Amino acid sequence: MTLDDILAGLFPNGSKIDISGAMIAGSAILPGAGPIHVLGITQGQPLGVDEAVALARRVLEIVKSGDRAPILFLVDSSSQRMSRRDELLGLSEYLSHLAKALLLAEAEGHCTVALLYGGSAAGAFIATALAAGTLVGLPGAHPAVMDLPSMARVTKLPIDVLKAKAEATPVFAPGLENMVQTGGIHLVLDERAPLAPQLAAILKRPQGLDERSRLGAERGGRRKAAEIADRVVALAACAPQGTQHG
Amino acid sequence: MIAATANTDSLSWYEASARQRIDALVDPGSFAEFIGPEQREMSPHLSIFDLPEQFDDGIVVGRGRLEGSPVLVAAQEGRFMGGAFGEVHGAKLTGLLRAARALQQDVLILFDTGGVRLQEANAGELAIAEIMRAVIEARRAGANVIGLIGGRAGCYGGGSLIAGTCSRLIVSEQGRISVSGPEVIETNKGIEEFDSRDRALVWRTMGGKHRYLIGGADTFVDDEALAFRQAAMDALKVTRGCGVAVLEAEQTRLERRLQRFGAARDAVEIWQALGIDTSTDIPALPTDAFLAAANNRENADDAR
Amino acid sequence: METLSFRLSAPTRAGGTRMQAIVGVVASGNLEVLLERAAPADSCMIDITTAAHGFGAVWDAVVRDFVARRPAGGLRISINDGGARPDTVALRLAQGVRKIEEPER
Repeated sequence: MTLDDILAGLFPNGSKIDISGAMIAGSAILPGAGPIHVLGITQGQPLGVDEAVALARRVLEIVKSGDRAPILFLVDSSSQRMSRRDELLGLSEYLSHLAKALLLAEAEGHCTVALLYGGSAAGAFIATALAAGTLVGLPGAHPAVMDLPSMARVTKLPIDVLKAKAEATPVFAPGLENMVQTGGIHLVLDERAPLAPQLAAILKRPQGLDERSRLGAERGGRRKAAEIADRVVALAACAPQGTQHG
Repeated sequence: MIAATANTDSLSWYEASARQRIDALVDPGSFAEFIGPEQREMSPHLSIFDLPEQFDDGIVVGRGRLEGSPVLVAAQEGRFMGGAFGEVHGAKLTGLLRAARALQQDVLILFDTGGVRLQEANAGELAIAEIMRAVIEARRAGANVIGLIGGRAGCYGGGSLIAGTCSRLIVSEQGRISVSGPEVIETNKGIEEFDSRDRALVWRTMGGKHRYLIGGADTFVDDEALAFRQAAMDALKVTRGCGVAVLEAEQTRLERRLQRFGAARDAVEIWQALGIDTSTDIPALPTDAFLAAANNRENADDAR
Repeated sequence: METLSFRLSAPTRAGGTRMQAIVGVVASGNLEVLLERAAPADSCMIDITTAAHGFGAVWDAVVRDFVARRPAGGLRISINDGGARPDTVALRLAQGVRKIEEPER
């Protein structure tokens, strides 16, 4: 679906949303839910220091407004901007800052939902979609950590070998279904049904719980993460023992 | 109170293993590991690629004491798979941070990582996101989360984003912090954009000195385990939380950085803008002289 | 990966009281050695997973030499190998035995 289709489907009563360059910012009324802030990155653009700091500024303005309205973050990006300038200026801090702003908004009472409708990869994916309270996708979305050709270069494996291995496990290869199986994407919206009620239902979910590893275990794509994390929590809660290792 | 008599031997943080770093960092004999190597909780995914596994999956997590006070500690082993985050590796750190929130206990993360482990990229990417959330939740519950960066693998990719969520960062000159590694930029954008074989360029763009000068790290130390230990003890003396005021201050300093340095082509131009007369000498300066030259650096002032 | 297992008689019991020790890391040309007191006192069990295929005879010689020279009785030794040379393997095994003998703090 195009961004225009999505916005028309979500906000049939209209919206005030600016799209300038790769940036989306504005607000709307979601039928059945009320006022909602809309932010995002579009046109498959990379996320660099300039974009990240502008998006974070908007998130912090929303938090300071105190309205506690939900925030919808639309994502169709590439990866972090790979450039000498961005790294020279400390890109990691800018991406983290955007993620922190979204996490802060959620902690301060704004329901945060990211909608992945195009691509996203690596640091851009972490700083945007994966920093929301709930991440949902649309059919055709294509998240990736790294594309398969690049992965083939780094792992020194032929791309056909990688493709064959990707048939056997969702754990490494790009794609929407793999990210669902591993628990990163809560659900994929039905593009043939009205979008607004689907988003309104997502907004009613409890916030502040990270269910991704549990979902990954239930769906079979990430069987160990939840159990390992829970075991560490339990061990840390026990009184210190005298035993020594190593 | 356990006497805080640290190991007094000199130990290069860069050269040390994850376990050696922990031993040198916390009070002697105080460390107890969670899910140690004897549990054999290895990656379930490396066998798909016929790659060797490590019993601890490249990360050591547990509890110890620092000057007698309890701390939770995680140390990545940069020599195993480049210290990269996989499913088990990441989940051990996620669990430690969730424990920090529940126990309101401080955490030390000894980064040494190239980022996400490609052989389990989706699991690694999600682990990064889970860890970042867990760091912020621990900080909001009152825990400090301190990052220590000076290992062989640096702190790259998703690791650098986790570092960006920490309350304070301690770096040595060897501590490179960057999202895209030099080879990744060169492969994707060409050698004109970044020549990954130009090591001097790598160090002055991503290395610990530059990060300290622009406010990307809070404390600069020698490549010595005892220096990291002292800096960690100092870092734990103040707790700032992670609320609206902290992030607003961070927004201000990150905007200011773009205004001041956004047009710079090279780190040396930034150092000149910081009023450092001997800016071209910065890479060669020993720590004392560097810290003196860094007097007018951009200080993060805990806006992190 | 190739796996190898050895069950050797080891007349001298490993010293010290630590229950386990670990040395080394898994990397190209390197290996990790995990030692646990989990074998009968007069024997040494060694399990190896290695990235280098077809070196069973070399491993056989290295571990037999190790058990003959070092106090390894009672140890279960588990190795993850990234293709280390025999001298590196011998060094790590010796380091491991020394480490499990270290006094507990």
